[in-house]
Amino acid sequence: MITAKASLQKGLDVYSIRQQFPILNRKVKGKPLVYLDNAATTQKPQVVIDALVNYYGNYNANVHRGIHTLAEEATQAFEATRDAVQQFIHAASREEIIFTRGSTESINLVAYTWGRKNIQAGDEIIISHMEHHSNIVPWQILCEEKSATLKVIPVNDAGEMIFEDYLKLLSPKTKLVAVMHASNALGTINPVKQIIDAAHKSGAMVLIDGAQSAAHLYIDVRQMDVDFFVFSSHKVYGPTGVGILYGKKNILEAMPVFHGGGEMIKEVTFEKTTYNDLPYKFEAGTPNIADTIAFKAALDFINETGKDNIRRHEEELLHYATNQLQQVPGLKIIGTAKDKVSVVSFVISKMHPQDIGILLDNSGIAVRTGHHCAQPLMYRFGIPGTVRASFAVYNTIEEIDGLIAGLHKTIKMLS
Amino acid sequence: MNHQNTIAAIEKEIVAEFSLFDSWDDKYEYIIDLGKRLPPLELQHKIDENRVKGCQSAVWLVAEYRDGHIFYKADSDSVIVKGLISMLIRVLSGQSADDIIQANLDFIREIGMTTHLAQTRSNGLLAMVRQMKSFALAYKLKNAATT
Repeated sequence: MITAKASLQKGLDVYSIRQQFPILNRKVKGKPLVYLDNAATTQKPQVVIDALVNYYGNYNANVHRGIHTLAEEATQAFEATRDAVQQFIHAASREEIIFTRGSTESINLVAYTWGRKNIQAGDEIIISHMEHHSNIVPWQILCEEKSATLKVIPVNDAGEMIFEDYLKLLSPKTKLVAVMHASNALGTINPVKQIIDAAHKSGAMVLIDGAQSAAHLYIDVRQMDVDFFVFSSHKVYGPTGVGILYGKKNILEAMPVFHGGGEMIKEVTFEKTTYNDLPYKFEAGTPNIADTIAFKAALDFINETGKDNIRRHEEELLHYATNQLQQVPGLKIIGTAKDKVSVVSFVISKMHPQDIGILLDNSGIAVRTGHHCAQPLMYRFGIPGTVRASFAVYNTIEEIDGLIAGLHKTIKMLS
Repeated sequence: MNHQNTIAAIEKEIVAEFSLFDSWDDKYEYIIDLGKRLPPLELQHKIDENRVKGCQSAVWLVAEYRDGHIFYKADSDSVIVKGLISMLIRVLSGQSADDIIQANLDFIREIGMTTHLAQTRSNGLLAMVRQMKSFALAYKLKNAATT
């Protein structure tokens, strides 16, 4: 413990971190796995896997209902995750943390409840050109239903939102601004505080999609003054199937319910049902108990590692990877924003991203290829897709060297 | 009449060829080479109507029916997909509609290219095979209707 702490003071001991992720020991196509697809999902530390096994092995029970010991233990562990999430994003109260299946469901929940109640014909919703489909389609559906208009903030050649154009789009008609904190396809970090302040000044609410920021950046929803903030456990070292919707308490209280069923009710008669208080009002049915409980272990892991340490390490990886990639002949980085999370997207002239991805996999290197669920953004850059390498806390400089070597080999094979 | 080998025989040949490779790199080098040698599809065929749906890479496929046999031509912007297409064409092109419909195409698995059959959005081989078979089915039905 003393040595671990001592090394943390100097920064981050990536090799002791790697030991906590059992999957990093496996081989792919006979080569040690180099996992660079962290923007899709991160790997899980042993503590998360243990928490899942421990729940099913020792206190599996339904939450909030039973009076027996197992139910009590499960409920306590489940609710402990809510407290941990509240602290993780610095929310004012635990009632503001709603568990969903993922960021996508969180955004849909807001669109279907808040959106249906508050968006009228002629209203406008602003998104950006770099959004993930999850933060485009729910608003398209809503706008179509309500005869409202979707407005899009343009993006410059570096992959940055053009802020002056955003200000021009804002008007009294704007009811909501829904933008991503960081881009999954390009890595761009958007100036969310300025975006939120400008929207509020104009009388609009703001939803921030934190799917790509929660694992990398310090999140303080109160400091941001954001109305809704969403993210997913599985991109933050936690299990799949757990999402977070943060909303300001007064806004959530005024929102109609989403799914009807158990848990979200206070009293049901055939004449009328009264709804439960926050946060349960939005959590109908038996939740994803095991994964939610295990998510706390992921948050504990991040807290112990230190978000500043993680950020510093990932910035070092990003900087190194960017420099090395720029020296690969024919390679062009797509997305050169000043502020980026640890994501590098690139294309290589005359080579299909999919071919590059297949051949890198041959060297045990996992990257993502394609449009990254951001087709409008790919059209903006006139490309069918990119190769994307995205880094997490356990990645190393040596792995980036492996990526570069793999790319040289790939280029040789393809040309 | 038909001097062409059966589907099963050609599949066997391909499996035997691949058994000579002892690394993934060698297999892919061979597939890339096949891809590079596949004649490009004429521009007039590279239209949306001929696009195989469900591929991350663009794939165009056209089929022609001659003397009871179906002949395929295809192209892709991915050279690896082109290599895989080249093998599918070698196996299926010139065969009868019935044989194509019934083909198991186990060689894809046997040469270790199962990744390309996975049900992911990025893999187009499965969509290719489906499209080739649906051409065969369409010709068969059309034939049955006219005779």
